[in-house]
Amino acid sequence: MLKDITLGQYFPIDSVLHRMDPRFKIIETMLFIVLLFMGSSFWILALGAVFVLLARQLSNIPMKMIWKSVKPILHILAVTAVLNLLFIDDGDVLFQWKLLKVTEGGITTSLFMMIRIVLLIIGSSLLTYTTSPILLTDAIESLLSPLKRVKFPVHEMAMMMSIALRFIPTLLEETDKIMSAQKARGATLDNGKLTERAKALIPILIPLFVSAFRRAEELATAMECRCYRGGEGRTRLRTLKAAPRDYIGFAVCLLFLAAAAVLNILL
Amino acid sequence: MVKPLSILETEELTYTYSTGTPFEKTAVDHVNLKIEKNCMVGVIGHTGSGKSTLMQHFNGLLRPTSGRVLLDGEDIWADKKKLRDVRFRVGLVFQYPEYQLFEETVWKDIAFGPKNMGLSDAEIRTRVLETAEMIGLEEELLERSPFALSGGQKRRAAIAGVMAMRPEILILDEPCAGLDPKGRNHLLRQICDYQKKTKSTVMLVSHSMEDAAAYTEKLLVMNQAKLFCYDDTPAVFRRTEELCSMGLRIPQIAGVMHTLRQKGYDLPEDIYTVEQARDAVLSLLRKGGGAAC
Ligand SMILES: Nc1ncnc2c1ncn2[C@@H]1O[C@H](COP(=O)(O)OP(=O)(O)O)[C@@H](O)[C@H]1O
Ligand SMILES: [Mg+2]
Repeated sequence: MLKDITLGQYFPIDSVLHRMDPRFKIIETMLFIVLLFMGSSFWILALGAVFVLLARQLSNIPMKMIWKSVKPILHILAVTAVLNLLFIDDGDVLFQWKLLKVTEGGITTSLFMMIRIVLLIIGSSLLTYTTSPILLTDAIESLLSPLKRVKFPVHEMAMMMSIALRFIPTLLEETDKIMSAQKARGATLDNGKLTERAKALIPILIPLFVSAFRRAEELATAMECRCYRGGEGRTRLRTLKAAPRDYIGFAVCLLFLAAAAVLNILL
Repeated sequence: MVKPLSILETEELTYTYSTGTPFEKTAVDHVNLKIEKNCMVGVIGHTGSGKSTLMQHFNGLLRPTSGRVLLDGEDIWADKKKLRDVRFRVGLVFQYPEYQLFEETVWKDIAFGPKNMGLSDAEIRTRVLETAEMIGLEEELLERSPFALSGGQKRRAAIAGVMAMRPEILILDEPCAGLDPKGRNHLLRQICDYQKKTKSTVMLVSHSMEDAAAYTEKLLVMNQAKLFCYDDTPAVFRRTEELCSMGLRIPQIAGVMHTLRQKGYDLPEDIYTVEQARDAVLSLLRKGGGAAC
């Protein structure tokens, strides 16, 4: 079903990683990405892998879910690997057929890139698996708040984001329902020529747009009725507070980064 | 094997949402049913008891996790290519069906289903006009945009879109949700008339016991994903205590009658509508039977 697409894929269980301050988690994820891009040595990737495994252990996210996050990019991964394999001309030629040749450099690079992307995906999905979308936007708002000084509309942006996130599941559900309703009237969605398929979308898209506009209007009215006037002077129901474990996590993160830097100099 | 009278059957039908995630939920649990031809069936049950989920199995929108759905004795999932025909034979009107209107005119929207069936233009024309009349949409409305209609008219147009396919079984998921009392009764009466005219089976999912009592011959009661019972409407309402323990109730007037009987008035059992109650009380008064007091 459409709803099974993981999107803002929060996995609601309890774990150390779930309880950590989302602001720290965002920064740590960014540091992790920096680490992955720090050098071209496999040792760096090994370090990244250890970091991801550690985080996975702390998050209690089942391996099945980790696999689920990687699965959608498998074909992109395959394409990149093949392109790297064929077009990087570096080192000994291992195999040649007419214009195509595979070199040692090609194999290492394509392997390196593949592992790097997989680690990148797993690392960032650990963030979204363990942090609810609402907390994530709260954290982004809090991290960006210094930009308020230069009149950047941080609150408005965060509000827009949380509304969008809030309505993704609703709209998906709605799409599911509309699709079912039109299928019940014999609409065919998944066969026929391209033009026919495009035409078949009309019975879905029109009701969907109508309902999205209706919802937007209702929401705007509801917000005005409750005297919403932007971020000025608003207090929060959930305030973000850092705990000792957040600082420890951050320190560990820096440690990994330092290790990567040292590796980089040594190798 | 197949009894001639039943058109739709389920065997150990089970459906689980989001299998293998923390949100796993069995919404329909080993349901065995036999629905008759030419019958007005009410479907009642608490919110979340699995009524809508069950209904979506009848026209093959949901595939059973286990168990089977048989239409005229044939498993509807036996041949996937025939699934579309199943949807023409079992029409399903979702809750708030007006949100699925999309065409430029009401006429075109009602004709969408029949067109998908591949009917001739002349046939489509008769069906649209006939259905519009049955459901109470005036002919001049048919040329308007569906988005320009009133709420009740939109609802009627959407229901007409499924009725126009002339399904052997028409399922309506809470067709009266959000309508005013007068509109409700009007719509239900029209649905009843449609059932009598087409001699099809109509399944009416409803929250209102009064409506169930007044308009249905048989009742299907769902309770926490399980089939509680499927029986003649009066027989179901006789099980007052069990219904109450499930958070359902009997029609208000039946409660009143019950209390009067307990107070010693000589009133017959099995009174579930206000009309029946009025007649019973009047005939009692005529007999001068207020004597118990
Ligand atoms: N698309 C869905 N995904 C997951 N769970 C669902 C979905 N639709 C319904 N459910 C769950 O299945 C159960 C039965 O729902 P439903 O069939 O809609 O009941 P009813 O129509 O009787 O109110 C409910 O507990 C509901 O939360
Ligand atoms: Mg329902």
